[in-house]
Amino acid sequence: MSDIVRRDPRVEWIARNRLHPEHEVVMAARSGARVAHWMGPNGVMRRDPHAIGFIGPNGLRRIDRSGAQVGGAGAAVRRTQAAEPTRRIVSIEAPAFFIAVVADMPGGRLSAHDRDVLGLARQLADADPKAQGAVALILFGEQRDESLGDAGADRVMAFADARFDAYSPEARLAALVAAEQTLQPRHWLFPDSTLGGAELGRRLAARLKERPAVQLWQVAAGQCTGRGAAGTTDITRPLPRIVLALPECADPVSDTRHAAAAMDEVRLAAASPGCIEDLGAVAVDPAGVALAEAEFILSAGNGIRDWDGFHRAAEVLGATEGASRVAVDNGHMPRHRQVGATGTWVTARVYVAVGISGAVQHLQGIQQCDKVVAINTDPGCDMVKRADLAVIADSSEVLAALMGQVEQFRGEQRHAA
Amino acid sequence: MQREVRFAALVSVGRHPITGRARRAEYDARAVELALSSTDAAQVSLIHAGEDASESLGALRSYIGMGLASLDLLRQPPGADVVPALEARLRELAPQVVLCGARSETGEASGMLPFLLAERLGWPVVSGLAAIESIDADSMTVLQALPRGQRRRLKVRLPAIATVDAAAKSARQSALGPARRGAIRLIEEAVVEDTAAATWSVAPARKRPKRLKIIKAASARDRFKAAAAKAEGGGGQVISGVPADAAAQVVLKLLREEGVLR
Repeated sequence: MSDIVRRDPRVEWIARNRLHPEHEVVMAARSGARVAHWMGPNGVMRRDPHAIGFIGPNGLRRIDRSGAQVGGAGAAVRRTQAAEPTRRIVSIEAPAFFIAVVADMPGGRLSAHDRDVLGLARQLADADPKAQGAVALILFGEQRDESLGDAGADRVMAFADARFDAYSPEARLAALVAAEQTLQPRHWLFPDSTLGGAELGRRLAARLKERPAVQLWQVAAGQCTGRGAAGTTDITRPLPRIVLALPECADPVSDTRHAAAAMDEVRLAAASPGCIEDLGAVAVDPAGVALAEAEFILSAGNGIRDWDGFHRAAEVLGATEGASRVAVDNGHMPRHRQVGATGTWVTARVYVAVGISGAVQHLQGIQQCDKVVAINTDPGCDMVKRADLAVIADSSEVLAALMGQVEQFRGEQRHAA
Repeated sequence: MQREVRFAALVSVGRHPITGRARRAEYDARAVELALSSTDAAQVSLIHAGEDASESLGALRSYIGMGLASLDLLRQPPGADVVPALEARLRELAPQVVLCGARSETGEASGMLPFLLAERLGWPVVSGLAAIESIDADSMTVLQALPRGQRRRLKVRLPAIATVDAAAKSARQSALGPARRGAIRLIEEAVVEDTAAATWSVAPARKRPKRLKIIKAASARDRFKAAAAKAEGGGGQVISGVPADAAAQVVLKLLREEGVLR
């Protein structure tokens, strides 16, 4: 359907005039609904109270007796627009300067930290309306993110060569030096994240002989403030060319949409054998991973009867084991496996709580977990309310079924590979 | 593992986070520990660039107390750029492996020193070492610590610089007797002033402002709904009254979507 609203002034006039002989017919045609009142067979005026009014843009029925505003085809269009706040579209054709941002892109997508740094880059690029700068986002490896423009990137320079796939600091540094020559950016921004921007940014700073501002968390009026001395001091200084910024250094872009136009590829010299060779990831025993930094935790509580089955399930799933305070106090699990305010605050991406009812202290400890799965027999417990996915069933049966399916899934994968 | 490989550990004076007293720096002590667990103590040289005040000497002696005989103290005034002095000393000693902490506990703590040294010396630098697996004449195999307890194996050509952070083995205790008996060799090196840092203003760390939850909504109704919503809406999916197999299937689907099954 076209977005252009066609107006018929005559019909609108009839709709406003309730005494017009055609008023009823026009209103019925416009709303597509029933006629609000009509003459009954015995000469009594009948009314349908549900037929009056129209559905407004926010999904509520509005009754407007003045007839100034009437529902119809336009309302549906307006409703779809109201659902998503529109972003102002910005395109910068001839930028006065560039701000280069090197994103970490874990898993091929912008992290929250990357978005904050892009927000800071936007601040720097838009500081002077007379000389508008552009944000050039530099990416390594394969990227799957479609919201680069929404995050604030005007230009995107993607290095998608195979040599950037593994850990390749030397090749990446060479690419950044090439980008430095073509873009001549006013500032280089990196997220100060371990093994991501923190390392690459320092390498580039050493190569370009620039003194970077690290652990930066605030930029105001040409001065920047960053943490020094293991986070115990604030160092304020003029903003240098290379900046390594902490998370939440600036607000991410939320009201504009940028072009994210692909830039011409920078020609790189042929890959030379570097001094650092990546031999690949090492299989880590999940039981040896510290609970605070484990990615996937299978946690047991008072509802567990079959402890052998639980340990076997953790082994099959490849999860780190956790426990609630009750399970630890009863001697089923060691103290260093206790999750919660009184034990370890965990940051897992997936936290599976088996037979845990969810004491307040426990829920505090799992605040930072992304996805919580609860397996419990009590549908009313707090853990089920907190969980993204709750299974109300006997835990040992579900764990046994899950083990079987995981083994089958692994077998299929091996077969396919 | 070859015993002839020479190690150098760059150590700094740390600061206790609560009492503020000088101590051995946490990460530097781990670097020394890594060197001592990879080779004999005789093959490890400790290097510190800084002033020889009595307080810092006490902290430096606690590195010697980990089982070393001596420490080289390159005398530099406070506020000097120590990179040229360290570079000159490393060229002289020519160690195969240089280990140091990821960043210091005092001063700017930019963590740039290993990268600057590597750039000047033309050596490779790796960060976040968890362990040294093997060393031969011209390369070493190391484990690099990744977030979430993961490890990556790297082969690095020697000579190389490596930084150590919290993932490496924690440092052994320092023994007081050997620490007091150990020698501190004073070495004079050229002094380069750090003029840029003198103009910065340094203050005790302020608490960072908490980010506000900003609600972007086109209409007043959406804004009201967002403001009135509970912080934890019970938007989770609840499965009940289904056989265990079907429930396990849903859980498996979530685990696969999150990519935690290896």
